Formats: sequence, C-alpha cells, structure tokens
Amino acid sequence: MSTTAVPKEYRDHLLRPGNTNCAGCGMSLGLQLIEQALDGDLPTIVIPACCGIVTAGQFPTSAYGVPIAASTFASAPAVATGLSVVAQLNGESHVTICWTGDGGTYDIGMATLSAAAERNEDMIYICYDNEIYGNTGGQRSSATPEGVKTTTTPFGKTERKKDIMAIMAAHGVPYAATLSVAHRDDFLRKFRTARARRGFRFFLILSPCPTGWKSEPDESVDLIQLAVRSGLFPLYEVFDGTRYRINIRPDGTPIEEYMKRQRRYKSETIDPEHIKAGIRAQWHYLETMARAFPADGAS
Amino acid sequence: MARALMSGNHAAGYTLAMAGEANRDVRGCACGAYPITPQTEIIEVLREVKFTKGRVVPVESEHSAMGVCMGASLGGARSFTASSANGLSYMTENVFAAGYYRLPIVMVAVNRTLGPPWNIWADQGDSLALRDAAWIQFYTESHQELVDTTLLAFRVAEDRRVLLPAMVAMDGFIVSHTQMVVDLPEQEQVDRYLPNCNVPHRLTFEHATTIGGMTWPRETERHRKDIQEAMERVPAVLAEALDGFEHVFGRRPHGALTSEHTEDAEMVFIACNTMARTLRDVIAERRRRGEKVGLISHKLFRPYPRELLRKAIGSARKVGVLDRNHSPGSGGIFWQEAATSLRQRPDLIVQDYLVGLGGGDVTPKFINEIIDDLAARDTADEPVWEEVAV
Repeated sequence: MSTTAVPKEYRDHLLRPGNTNCAGCGMSLGLQLIEQALDGDLPTIVIPACCGIVTAGQFPTSAYGVPIAASTFASAPAVATGLSVVAQLNGESHVTICWTGDGGTYDIGMATLSAAAERNEDMIYICYDNEIYGNTGGQRSSATPEGVKTTTTPFGKTERKKDIMAIMAAHGVPYAATLSVAHRDDFLRKFRTARARRGFRFFLILSPCPTGWKSEPDESVDLIQLAVRSGLFPLYEVFDGTRYRINIRPDGTPIEEYMKRQRRYKSETIDPEHIKAGIRAQWHYLETMARAFPADGAS
Repeated sequence: MARALMSGNHAAGYTLAMAGEANRDVRGCACGAYPITPQTEIIEVLREVKFTKGRVVPVESEHSAMGVCMGASLGGARSFTASSANGLSYMTENVFAAGYYRLPIVMVAVNRTLGPPWNIWADQGDSLALRDAAWIQFYTESHQELVDTTLLAFRVAEDRRVLLPAMVAMDGFIVSHTQMVVDLPEQEQVDRYLPNCNVPHRLTFEHATTIGGMTWPRETERHRKDIQEAMERVPAVLAEALDGFEHVFGRRPHGALTSEHTEDAEMVFIACNTMARTLRDVIAERRRRGEKVGLISHKLFRPYPRELLRKAIGSARKVGVLDRNHSPGSGGIFWQEAATSLRQRPDLIVQDYLVGLGGGDVTPKFINEIIDDLAARDTADEPVWEEVAV
C-alpha cells in the first residue's frame, strides 16, 4: 500500500515546493491559484493517470499537502463520486475535486465524466488541458488543435479540437467555465463562484506545456495571455447549461503571435487563416448564445 | 431469522443491503451499481432500499461501479456491488486497483459465460479470470450458502489482519434465478455480526496522504508480499468468522473446503458451486453401492487452501477435478491449482474434466461418466472434455 504521509507543518500548501513539474507547467500555476481561491479550505482531490499524479513524486514523499487519491485513468469522477457521497452522508462540507488532464477528460474518461455530470454529483471537475498526452511524451488527444504536430501526428493533426465546454454545457451542469492562468482575478472569482454552488461544476484550463508545446518555460504565462487576447481561448462561464456570460473578449491580437512561439505549430499544413476562421466561428457562437441566453445577475 | 422463498439474486441483494445498513453508526455505506444479466435484480433490490446512511449510485458502466466503490471505501464507508461475465471483464482494471489499494469491498459475482459468442448461462470463467486481482474468492453451492458467505465475506475482508476485497460467486440462473427457501437474517443479527467498518487508510485531513503515488520496485515487492501475507491469514480469520457466525445465527456455514466420504476414499472429486451439489448426490448413491469415492466442495479459491486440500485428499489415489471454466491452451483452472498443490504426491493421479462449459446442464449421468472414466485410468492425461450439451 503506497500511502504517503504529509508532515503537518506543510499542510498549508496544496502543491508544495519540490514537486516534479517541469518549469513553466500550467499545473503549477493552476494549483497555486486554486489554493488561493479555496481561502484556507482543504479539498480532497482525485487524480487519474496524468502528469498530475507524477507531480506527487516518489513514495514515501508527496508534493501534495491535502488528501489525494490516485485513480485509474478513466475513473477520476467515479472515485470522486464515492468520496463525495460518503462526505455528504457524514455531513462533511469539504469540496471534492477531480484534477485531470485532457486525455482523461476528452478521451478515455469521457463516459465517466459525462455520467457524473448527468448525475449532477457534488464535485468540482478541473481539466488542465495541455492539448497533448504529456505524461507519455506528447501524443495527440482529441484536445490537440488541428494542424499541430505531436509524436503521433508528425505531419500535423488533421482533425479539429473537441469543444469540451459545449459538451459539458449540454449536460446542463450547474456551472461550467474556462480559466486562464494568466488572468488571476478572473480565475479566482470564477473558482469562488463554483465553490458557492453545489452539484457538478466543470472548469477548463488551457495549461501551457513547454515540453510538449516546444515553447520557452518563461513564456508560459505570456502564451496564455496571447491565447485569450487573440480569441483562441475564450474566457466565459455557463450557468446551468443555459445562461452564458463572456468574461474577456479578444483585443485583436493576431494569432500568429501565439503560434510562432511554439514549435508544435511549425508545420506547412497549418494555415493561420483557417485557424482565424475557426476562432471567428467560435466567437460568433458564443456571442449569439450570450445574447440569446444571458447570465444576467448570475453568480 | 425470517424464512422465505426467494431467488439467489434477491437473497444476495437483501444480504448486501443489511450489511450496508449495519454500518449506519459510523461512515455508512455507498456503492456504484450497473446492471447485467443475470445479476440485474441484485442492484434493483439495492436501489429500492431506504438506507439510514447510504447511497447506491446508478453509474454508466461496471468500470465506474467499482470506481465509486473505491471512492466510497477510501472515504471510510462500507462498500459492495455485483456484476457478471463481460461486466466483470469491463470492470477488471478497477477490480485490480481495489485489490492493490487493500479496500475491503464485497462483490457478488454471478457466474456467466464470457462472450463472445453471447451466452448468458453459468460458467465460472468470468470470476476466475480475476483470480490474480488480490481479491478473496468464495464459490457458493446454494442460496443459503450465498447469504451466509456474503456475511462472512464482509467479516473477513474488513478484518484488520486481512483488508482485502472479497468476491462471492454463485451460478447464474441455476441459483440467481431459481427460488429456494432461505433463512434470511434479521437486521439486528447482522448488526451484531458485523463490526463497524474501519478502513484504516481512508483519506483524512488529520493525516493527509497521497494514496497510489509512484513506487520503486523495492516498495512494490513489499506491497505484493504484504498482500500475500494478508491472503495467508485468511483461513484463520475465516475460521474465527465462522465461530462468530455460529454464535450469532445458531448454525455454522461451510468452511473453505467441505470434504465428504474422503476418509477411506480411493477416488476424490473436486467441484464448486452447484456442480458440487449434484456431485454430492451422485457420490452418496455410489457410496450406497459400496464404492470408495468422496468429494470436496471447493468454496475458498483465493487464497487457495493448499494445506487444507492436501489434508482433505488424505490417502486417496486418484483425484478428479470438475472444471466449469477453461483456460485455453492449458485446461481447467481449479485443476491447475489442485495439481500444483498436490505435486508432493507424485503417486496421485490428478485428472481434469472440463464439464458444463457455457452453462451445459451437468446432470448425474455426466458425473457418473466422469467417475467411471477416472476409475478406469492408470495415469493422468490431458484435460478431458466431458461434453454435456445436446
């Protein structure tokens, strides 16, 4: 049995120093922001197979300062359901979190995720999406953007990225939102909004991965800034699957700024105009939804 | 004790429910459940129950059913579920995870043929495929033994000296869908019989741990050895659980192995589940004719009770193993284990009979043919296919 004791004095940090994350990893930023947004509350976290569990380090050490259960790849929301149900039965109010990669969310864990969302289980599910199977060395997932090179799409991916937010909104979950590790206030506000609600809450974080994206570690935050400003990664929230609110709109920054700093985008098959058309279509959809189904007064 | 006519599935469902309810004073019970023929009524019963402190989650797959059970157990609750055949195969990854995490989950396995081709009848190949998953495995002959063994399973699985999940198998349809008179315990008796469930490594904030982090080979070897040692403690813990059972319920269920007419037997036959009952009738008949034959009803398969088997075989010269399962390229799985356990007896003839595969009806006629075959043998041979289907 590999149970790892965490010394008491370190329990103030969700993710402690000394973890094995690569420099510039979006997980490190995301987990620190989540710790701030928890305002001192302690969560129970389920992590499936992904970089997130490697981060804990080798037994008997752990970089995590809160109770963690490592689940099988597809099972995080199922294991979290069990934990959440028992917590409710015993009148415990702590939040149960799933912390999963895009492989565990968009691909192998899709059915488990969909079922937990349909049952409206009481948990916060967070996908840190680095658009790649990072733990295995950078293979395509259904979150990988069209055109991008990975070790299993050496000539560029030929399929589109799956719109996970639309899928989760279609489940009618109480809350679904995107989070940017480059927009702290927006991140903290939305995480606190989720904490104030009950039931199934979903977050998508675009999580920079210098190793997989072939980018510079010190540019990770800049890259997410560019993804938001160019409109590639819209920041918005959906209440009960029906009411939309856009948080930050694109400012006209060209997508080329984002692409040229990542060698995964260096492919002759990529046409920036095609990507821009995709961004316009995405924004047309979002603006239409936000106009037709506004989240006036929702929080 | 309420005496009632009921199906194996209903008996299993009510027993699991009472075990769950019995944990209401501590962390309660929770589980995931997913239907599959011929197990479905078990989860229908569980979903009907109004637990004082418990919830049965209707999940989208067997894989998630075991996932929810693991989460519930990691949260300190009593947990249980049921499945069958391809459901067990689909669940497999998490079955191993529950075993390796030492979570004392109890699962009723309704034995059904693994498909394809698609066949819903009894065959032990489904649960036996999980024999290496660090789960205790029981095989039961009858409705009553199913009820009793399910309660024993909780006692043994949750025992601090064991802390391993336990599977209780019954034959699909032959037990699951037939009705027999069963002594179903009262809740008050189950409350007395089952101590509060305590999962010592459950997640707590007082002692925040990372359960399932990475280990080097050295720690992994230790982990596997710990499990082996826990398995080795099961027979003694089971014996205590049987004593306790007798004390609370006033009767004593079968133990790991039940041997009959073996003391002076020249030939001993080994079978599990309902085949053991048919075998018992045939052996009794042949005893009346003066033949020195005996039987072993094999209930505990993991841990494999090697020592008990060697003793039970006694001075017999020939052993026939009836296997309603098939490991392609080898033979019957009960036979593999028996032959390995009896290797110190090179004088013994240990012969395998593959019988009733895919749910074929194993009537006395076929068991008599098997007994005649072994009586005529001078040496053991490759597994014999005793085809019963017409």
